Amino acid sequence: MSSHAPANTSTGISNAKLGIWSFLASEVMLFGGLLSAYVILNTGSAHMVTPPRSMMGVPLATLNTFVLISSSVAMVLALSAIKQNHVDRFKQWMYCVIGGAGIFLMIKSYEYNHKWHEGITISSNLFGSFYYTLTGLHAIHIIGGVCVLLYILYEGSKGRYGPDNYDRVECVGLYWHFVDLVWVILFPILYLL
Amino acid sequence: MSDHGHAEPTTFWRKYIFSVDHKVIGIQYLITSFLFLLVGFGMMMLMRYQLAMPSPGDDFDPENLGMIRSAVAWLFGENLMPYGFMSPDFYNQLGAMHGTVMIFLGVVPLGVAAFGNYVLPIQIGADDMAFPRMNMMSYWVYLVGGIVMMSAFLAPGGAAQSGWTSYAPLSVVAPPGQTVWLIAMIIIITSSLLGSINFIVTTLNMRAKGMTFGRLPIFCWAQLVTAVLLLLAFPVLEAGAIFQLLDRVAGTSFYIPKDMIYGATVFPAAGGGNPLLWQHLFWFLAHPEVYVLLLPAMGIVCEIIATNTRKPIFGYKEIVGSLILIGALSFVVWAHHMFVSGMRTSLANLFVTTTLTISVPSIAILTCMLLSLRGAQIRFNTPMLFALAFLPMFGIGGLTGLPLGFAPTDLYLHDTYYVIGHFHYVVAPGSLAALMGGTYFWFPKMFGRRMNEKLGKVHFWMTIIPMNFVFFPMLFQGMWGMNRRLADPTLQWHNLPVQGWNYVISVAALVLLIGQLPFIFNFFYSIWNGEEAGDNPWEATTLEWSCSSPPPHGNFLAPPQVYRGPYEYSVPGRQKDFWRQDEIA
Repeated sequence: MSSHAPANTSTGISNAKLGIWSFLASEVMLFGGLLSAYVILNTGSAHMVTPPRSMMGVPLATLNTFVLISSSVAMVLALSAIKQNHVDRFKQWMYCVIGGAGIFLMIKSYEYNHKWHEGITISSNLFGSFYYTLTGLHAIHIIGGVCVLLYILYEGSKGRYGPDNYDRVECVGLYWHFVDLVWVILFPILYLL
Repeated sequence: MSDHGHAEPTTFWRKYIFSVDHKVIGIQYLITSFLFLLVGFGMMMLMRYQLAMPSPGDDFDPENLGMIRSAVAWLFGENLMPYGFMSPDFYNQLGAMHGTVMIFLGVVPLGVAAFGNYVLPIQIGADDMAFPRMNMMSYWVYLVGGIVMMSAFLAPGGAAQSGWTSYAPLSVVAPPGQTVWLIAMIIIITSSLLGSINFIVTTLNMRAKGMTFGRLPIFCWAQLVTAVLLLLAFPVLEAGAIFQLLDRVAGTSFYIPKDMIYGATVFPAAGGGNPLLWQHLFWFLAHPEVYVLLLPAMGIVCEIIATNTRKPIFGYKEIVGSLILIGALSFVVWAHHMFVSGMRTSLANLFVTTTLTISVPSIAILTCMLLSLRGAQIRFNTPMLFALAFLPMFGIGGLTGLPLGFAPTDLYLHDTYYVIGHFHYVVAPGSLAALMGGTYFWFPKMFGRRMNEKLGKVHFWMTIIPMNFVFFPMLFQGMWGMNRRLADPTLQWHNLPVQGWNYVISVAALVLLIGQLPFIFNFFYSIWNGEEAGDNPWEATTLEWSCSSPPPHGNFLAPPQVYRGPYEYSVPGRQKDFWRQDEIA
């Protein structure tokens, strides 16, 4: 990859990157708190009844996992494109990233609708409460990410990023991979275990 | 100056209100948090009024209430203060809100955000914080959170009333004020998150040339550790708050046990959750939060002590190491707040062990501070008096905590006034006294003028003495068995012998309130009329004393270069007894 000069800071890491890593550390604690609450009640509460796997729609969720991982890969390629100053390729990959997020959200809303009608609602039982809270919070992170991605796409297509100036693309990429990672953890815990 | 630097604003709005300058934001935080401290104090005064005279005596005549009672009854209305006696609901609201306001809107913003914002960037030789706009946003989000929090009093049924700890399931079934509390907490957590990221990045990334970690003033170390605690602990409470909010508004049952009976009927929720989950999520934040209250105060005390003893601080490395150790250990002690909630003995033993372990670095820091005084020519100015008072006061606060760290003694003492006495000793005459000292210490830097010393000393004695009269009797009351959170302690007969102390405490609290008037007057008077301070009124060594008072936009005229450690006082062979970090020779 290109040789990116170290940032003019005490550590040589740019402020933005250090900031996003700190932010992600706090996000780890947020989802860590939520997930450990689920794991503890799942093992500790006599009233945590997980629905049978057939009701959970595992194939669709697997497809969704694939979509999100692909979106993450597209993000890597978008960053690599802007590092090589290929603005057009950057735009194409960014469309893939955002498109992937869109497909993920559409499948998710279909799943929500389906489960709600099957009788798994947020208040029906403890599992439902956790399912909608955890995946809902994750979806909010996706939506927030899409907003930032659209902004990055807009700025990028104006030619504001290039081989010497891709810090923001990299930071939003880090966030995007994190959101992807959260799903990769949520998926087995909620659907498979 | 640096590549991210922003131009100096010219309009009033950009300069003083929506400013991105860390100094202006620091002063905004300073004044706002002092205001919230006053609000929290006011709530406490109302509670003290009730506790001093909780129940009608034999000569009580509803037709002739007397001046004070009728005034109070008229002011607050028949619902909150019938016949001038506080309704238990109102007492609970004040109790919950006093804790919340003091901690989340008062002491933490004062110690972390006000001093951190003002002092930290200058001490490390930066021209501003790493993310100036985010810094401004964090203040305004905090202010909105504070206003939303106070607006809870307007909600039907009043403000949150389940204690500042908001234990479930009581908080889940509480009136709507609790929802407002949760929303306000989420807003405040957001503000704190923005702030802590900013502090971490600034301290790591914005240091001047030569400002290695070994030369970082202890105050900066304390702020760095504090920011990490805030960053990692608060999201867990956020998770807990989201659960509680959904339990209240979306009908989930994270904290609702199966078939919970409430108001003689089964509570309409699926159930299956566990109220203890909230306690774990809450204390996972709230114990590190204790150190968030404490560490900046310790940092300030170190700065003041080094300056006024004219000696290097004793054991710089030990103090820094202890700060980091406290930060790390503070994440594994939380369940000592929950010994009475029911816990397996083996688990309790674990938390007893970690809790007693964390007292080791705390005592190490205190010992270093104490040894710094040895053989020193101490300058007894107002900041130094507050810093010196911190040592025994925090000492009492820490030592009274040991019986609470042991599960067997905690079972007896928990939920009594002993606990209140203990943690107030840590926070009020401990942390808050140090923060007061910090205000006197950095005031000349902030406004270019010194605060009046005589009024400062009056304020000091009028603060420390009444505070001890407020909190020390609580330790006795608690050991006697007086429970906390009672609007009328006289309803329990075993409290009657120690009820007299409540009167003493309330009078002392009133004196404490009066004792703050010299401070408030001194603060505003000195901004315009104080004695001109010059750049380095205390003859101190750290970088903030090398720029002018108040520092200009961008702080330093040229990027400073650091040559030595932060506490080079009385170096042999030098004419002056202080050697600033950026002096070439």
